[in-house]
Amino acid sequence: MQPTGMLGEDGIHIDMNHLKTGEVNLGTSIMAINFRDGVILGADSRTTTGAYIANRVTDKLTQVHDTIWCCRSGSAADTQAVADIVHYHLGMYGITNDEPPTTQTAAAMFQELCYDNKDQLTAGMIIAGYDSRHGGQVYSIPLGGSLHKQPYAIGGSGSTYIYGYCDANWKDNMTEAEGVNFVKGALQEAIKWDGSSGGVIRMVVLTAKGANRHLYLPDQQYKGPGTN
Amino acid sequence: MTSIGTGYDLSNSVFSPDGRNFQVEYAVKAVENGGTAIGIRCKDGVVLALEKIISSKLLKSGANKRISTVDRNMGVVSSGLLPDGRHFASRARDEAAQWRRTYKAPIPTSALANRMGSYVQMYTLYSSVRPFGITAIVGGWDPEVELPVDGQVGSGPATGSGGKKEGVKHGGPFLYMIEPSGLYWGYYGAATGKGRQSAKSELEKLDLAAGNLTLEEGVKEAARIIYAAHEDSKDKDFELEMTWVSSLDGPTKGRHQEVPKELLEEAERLAKKALDDDDDDDEKMED
Repeated sequence: MQPTGMLGEDGIHIDMNHLKTGEVNLGTSIMAINFRDGVILGADSRTTTGAYIANRVTDKLTQVHDTIWCCRSGSAADTQAVADIVHYHLGMYGITNDEPPTTQTAAAMFQELCYDNKDQLTAGMIIAGYDSRHGGQVYSIPLGGSLHKQPYAIGGSGSTYIYGYCDANWKDNMTEAEGVNFVKGALQEAIKWDGSSGGVIRMVVLTAKGANRHLYLPDQQYKGPGTN
Repeated sequence: MTSIGTGYDLSNSVFSPDGRNFQVEYAVKAVENGGTAIGIRCKDGVVLALEKIISSKLLKSGANKRISTVDRNMGVVSSGLLPDGRHFASRARDEAAQWRRTYKAPIPTSALANRMGSYVQMYTLYSSVRPFGITAIVGGWDPEVELPVDGQVGSGPATGSGGKKEGVKHGGPFLYMIEPSGLYWGYYGAATGKGRQSAKSELEKLDLAAGNLTLEEGVKEAARIIYAAHEDSKDKDFELEMTWVSSLDGPTKGRHQEVPKELLEEAERLAKKALDDDDDDDEKMED
């Protein structure tokens, strides 16, 4: 195997086959957006091992504190491990400091882990959370471990197909219904064009009222069932 | 003292039969001989002030500062054994730096007080160490605005984040005092050292809980109180050392700094005047 980024006979080779044989990959479409009352996270549900769909109803939206969640893309094992560690530390933070951690605290922890271990990890994460002081916030941590605060963030292999859709349809300060429609519309396009994305669309809405899950099924044209 | 000769005061890890740790009580005695240190929590900031006793005429005046900056927004002053105070400040800096590394944000004053309280308490448990011979006063300003995560790129939606709870105040001035036992409380006004009794009674007169005293008034009161507290040890020379930390839109822009020379001199002038006026009043009463 060519080492990463080495100059070979036919030019620079970037090693895209970073996964071990049989390792489970979240060939993915994930996103998180700010809206008027907080944030919305969204994801498809396909997990692949090469061409094989290992799980068609995966949950890529992971809770790390009451109203701080993350979208995971890249290696399923790596991102689960990172999310587990942050989940533990945020729990400890909440107890020892007598107040819940903010989204920033979570983002700082995710970044530290992703940056320090960048050589070992394949983890592209989007952190989104709500707290009463800062409102909704969306942070993106792409492969190298940098930290970006954004109005909305998209990630995973499917995101390449929806840069145009998102840019054309994005509005600051949307209502919850508008936000859900934006996320759903974008993820439908990503699923349509990206072979590694598919299955159902999951969402989590984070506001002062807490966390609320949504589910949209392909056999209902992604119209329902919505919230439970 | 009842403890002498009983043997219960020889080690940290031994309780006396009536449940006292004499080593800690002796440490408090060390504090009671130190120069007076006070802290005032004003509505728009915190003042720390110290009566620095000059032990030798050969010392350079204005040098050998005793109030330390722990983080940008936080300071600490202590009374008692000087080297113990330095070690305390050094540890406080380590704690603040460690917090910043982990959370990429400044440590809240309450969290620093908590950690330092735990640290000092550890020195009351083991026979291999002695307790801290200091009482420390920590003053800080926790940011009232939203700070970015250290090193973050970008700033989110142009219209700001949605769903914030409006009308809630965050951050502000905080003051804590940590004793040799590890005990700490949050205060409006704190005093320790030789002149603590008179300093405390002066602080109580200020009605700090009402939250009306401004930072600049606080600086002048602090100087006056240190000068008044020095009356009992008049034979010794002293220097007044003062630092302050204000809100972001205040004079120190949220940073812990020395009080500027002009203001310090003005406060000292007023303090001396207040003492003289007091003396005049006393003389009148004698007449």
